[in-house]
This record gives sequence, structure tokens and C-alpha cells, in this order.
Amino acid sequence: MGVKDTGDERARIGARTPMLLARDAVMRSVRAYFQAHDFVEVETPARVFSPGQELHIDALPAGGGRYLITSPEYHMKRLVAGGLTRIVQVCRCFRAEEAGPFHQPEFTMIEWYRAGGSMDALIADCEALVAGAARAVGRWPRVPVPTSRRSAYADDSLRLDCAFQRTTVRDLFKRHAGLDLRGDESKADMRLLAERAGCRVTHDAGWDDVFFQIFLDRIEPHLGLTCPTFVEDWPLPMAALARAKVDDALTAERFELYAGGLELANAFGELTDPVEQRARFVEEAGLRQQRGGAVYPLDEKLLAALGHMPATCGIAMGFDRLVMLVTGAATIREVLAFANDEA
Amino acid sequence: MASYDTSDIRKGLKVMLDGAPYTVVEFQFVKPGKGAAFTRTKLKNLLSGGVIDRNLRSGEKLEPANVETKQMQYLYKEGDTFVFMDTSTYDQVHIPEETVGDDARFMPEQIVVEVLFFNDRAVGVTLPNFIEQKVMATEPGFRGDTATGVTKPARISTGTSVNVPLFINEGDIIKIDTRSGEYLERVGRA
Repeated sequence: MGVKDTGDERARIGARTPMLLARDAVMRSVRAYFQAHDFVEVETPARVFSPGQELHIDALPAGGGRYLITSPEYHMKRLVAGGLTRIVQVCRCFRAEEAGPFHQPEFTMIEWYRAGGSMDALIADCEALVAGAARAVGRWPRVPVPTSRRSAYADDSLRLDCAFQRTTVRDLFKRHAGLDLRGDESKADMRLLAERAGCRVTHDAGWDDVFFQIFLDRIEPHLGLTCPTFVEDWPLPMAALARAKVDDALTAERFELYAGGLELANAFGELTDPVEQRARFVEEAGLRQQRGGAVYPLDEKLLAALGHMPATCGIAMGFDRLVMLVTGAATIREVLAFANDEA
Repeated sequence: MASYDTSDIRKGLKVMLDGAPYTVVEFQFVKPGKGAAFTRTKLKNLLSGGVIDRNLRSGEKLEPANVETKQMQYLYKEGDTFVFMDTSTYDQVHIPEETVGDDARFMPEQIVVEVLFFNDRAVGVTLPNFIEQKVMATEPGFRGDTATGVTKPARISTGTSVNVPLFINEGDIIKIDTRSGEYLERVGRA
């Protein structure tokens, strides 16, 4: 069988070239930022034994009992525990069955850690990276927001030369859903909250399912509309790998950055208590098993490393989404040379 | 009937929600931070025409709506009902005036329309977007008068009147947009 005529592909790549140049410019701005701030760029394995115990993230098998990474988090933390203080990595991550306008099963992540650093330092990093990316493509200080990424409340462009807004999960639940969220509600209490907010949930919905139903129905359409927004202080059941706040045991040190209809980044004040981390991993593994998902081995090397890891803040930002934000792309495939179905 | 789950969602899928039939207008995969996957949908109520947003969690079950559309020809009016004939089976159905609604204004005899059935009951009629109709009665026009913005009423065979430009005469065939009820152009003479 002959090779298919490549005329279509040449036209496709030709049409996408301006976007690929913009992507390159954004990548350069990102690397320049981290170089200027004394970060060490590192590389960690792409094929790992333990790709994570996140309840809703599934890994792709990579042979030999290994999986492709869903995030470089575990190995990067081992480097921090080993004494590196500011590290960054730009790498491919892989997540099974994620495909949509903002999702590809293979995507590029910028992940960085600041040992001894604060969440405020990560917030400053985010602001600078977004600004640098917008400048790199000549879109400072306003970036276009395409219709498909806009909720009913949003403008057709987003200002970046503002102090990014900072708000908390509890404020948002109060303001947009009229609910007082504590973080220690039972599943039944959560369903009552959903009902009160007029959100429909099924009887098998777990705590986090109800949380995200309310979040998607009532809150997300209001986020990051006129200015990028940091959503801080997540309730403890949403902590994942974050530590609880010193003065509030029901709240995790975690923020997410929303801008122009995109969820851009997720940050943690990293949990460094190996006992607590093991308990959370075991609980998540149990939930994964209940739901019929694959259960990955506990990462004993990570758990051992946490015992001597300094207080650290870490964050992951979707590089493809950063490019989408500053170029006004409606879908993630527009910013890739080859989307999953074009490989 | 077997139920759907969120992976079956596609444009045009007909599902039941809160006792009413809906059709999927738009859908999108979304996955909020570290949470379960959801499908964000826009759904149109097939009875009221209203559009709602619904975020469905992956794996949620959806009941199929027992709806179908049939091509039917409007035959005649009998009292308070309109009589239609299925163009493939020749079965006749009587559809009450209130179901047809205002569309009856632009439903001349013999026209073929789409009839929506829900649980085997006719619940709605969709006309073609455009119809061509003969002008049955209107004030005489003036040759060459093409002034824009000035209109007069013209009656068509259904008995309804549309606003037409002054140069339209009785016997002219005009094209009408059934959604807006507006005159579009003169297409000929009967």
C-alpha cells in the first residue's frame, strides 16, 4: 500500500505554523523566566512504576510493569528531598481517556518547586509567566477570549495588567451558590447542600463529586472573567497532596489559577508528613479499587523521601493552556503540531 | 429501553430529564481540577423549546426519550384539529390546534412538515423554513414602485396576511420565511 498523499498535511501544518511560532515564543519566555530566577531545569523518568493515586487520573501502561507519567511530581519531590531547592521541568504527561477542547491524552506540563518558598512566591511566578507569555506573542496587556471559552457573563477579552484576583473556595461557594462549606460535611450533608443550590446529583455521588457538581454548575462560569483569578484554600477533602493550613485543619494549602475560561495551574503547599501521605494514598487506592480503576503500587521511595523533605511549595501549569490563553485559541489541538488523532 | 451513559452523548441524542424529552445541542468534555470527568451539555426541551445547561458526571445514566419525527403531509382542517398523513405509511393522524400553534398561519394544504411524536403522541410540528405562496388578495400595486420600507398587507391561501412591498399584485408567487413570518422575495406569477 502506498503512502497517502501528504498534500492535506502540508496544508494543515502550513495553516498551523503561526501558532507553532507563538508556541515557541511562549516556551522561550517560560525558560527565560526560570533561568532568570535561578531555577535548575531537571529531567525525571517518563516511565515509572507508580504514576499516582489520584482517584480520577488514569495512566497508560508502558511495559515492564511501568506506566507513563501523569505528572512528574513524585520524582521532582525526591529531588527536592535530596537537596535541590528550586527546580523546574517542562515535560510531556499522559492521561488515559482525556480528550476534549481543553484536554489531550498527551500534553505538556510546566512543573516547578520552591523549597522553603511560600504560596505567595508561586502566585508571583504565575503572574510573571502569564505576562511574559502574553508579551512574547505581542498580546500584552489584553488577550482575546473566544466565544466557546466564554461563559454567559464574560467579555471577549481578558486584562492581564491587573493584580490577579485572589479568592477562596469558601467565598465562592457563599457568593455564587449561597452555601456555607466547611470541609467536614458527610456525604449526605453534601447532597443536601447541592439540593439547596439547585444542583442535581446522583445517589452514588461521593464528596468530591458533589463538590465539583456545585463548582461546575454554579461557580466556574464566574471565574477568571475580567482578570485571572487564584482560587485558594481548598477544603481538606480536596487536598490531594497538599498540607493543611497551620491555623485551619479543615483547609488545605492549595490554589488553582483560572483565566479566560481555562484552568491553568494547580499549586500545593506540599504535604511532607509520610504517615499522613501514606494514609491518603491508601484511601485513594481503596476508592480507585471500589470504582473498578487500576490500582498502582504505593511509591515507597517517595514516601521515604518525604521524611526528610523540607517545607516546599510546588505547582503544575498546563503549557498548552498557557499558549491557548495568550493566543486566544478555542481548543487545545490548535496549539499542537500534532493532536492525538494527527500523530 | 436500554439507558445511555455519558459516553453515548452526541449532538441530537434524545434523552429524558425531569420527565420531559430533550435533545443534545452541544456537549463538551470537562474535568475540573483533580475531579471526576463531566460532560457539559446544552439541552433543548423538545416540548417548550427552552435550552438548559446540564453538567453530567461521567458514568451517569440517562433515559432515552421515546421521540421520533415523521414526514407528514397536511391534508385539511376538521373542526379544532388538523389532519395529517404519514407520507410513507399513509396513516392519518389528527393533531389539535393548540399543538400546531401559530405555525398554522403558514401551513397551506398539501404542505409536507415534520411532526414530532413523544410516547407516540404528536407534540409538535416543524414547517419548512421557507414556503412559496400565491397572493390571493392585495391592493393593486403600482408598476415600477420599488420604494423600500413601504408595505401593504397581502392575503395568502391560509387566510393569513403578510406585509409585502407595494409592487406585489394578486396572483404573484412570494417567498415567506415561516420562522419570522416575513416576506422575502417575489418568485414569479401563478
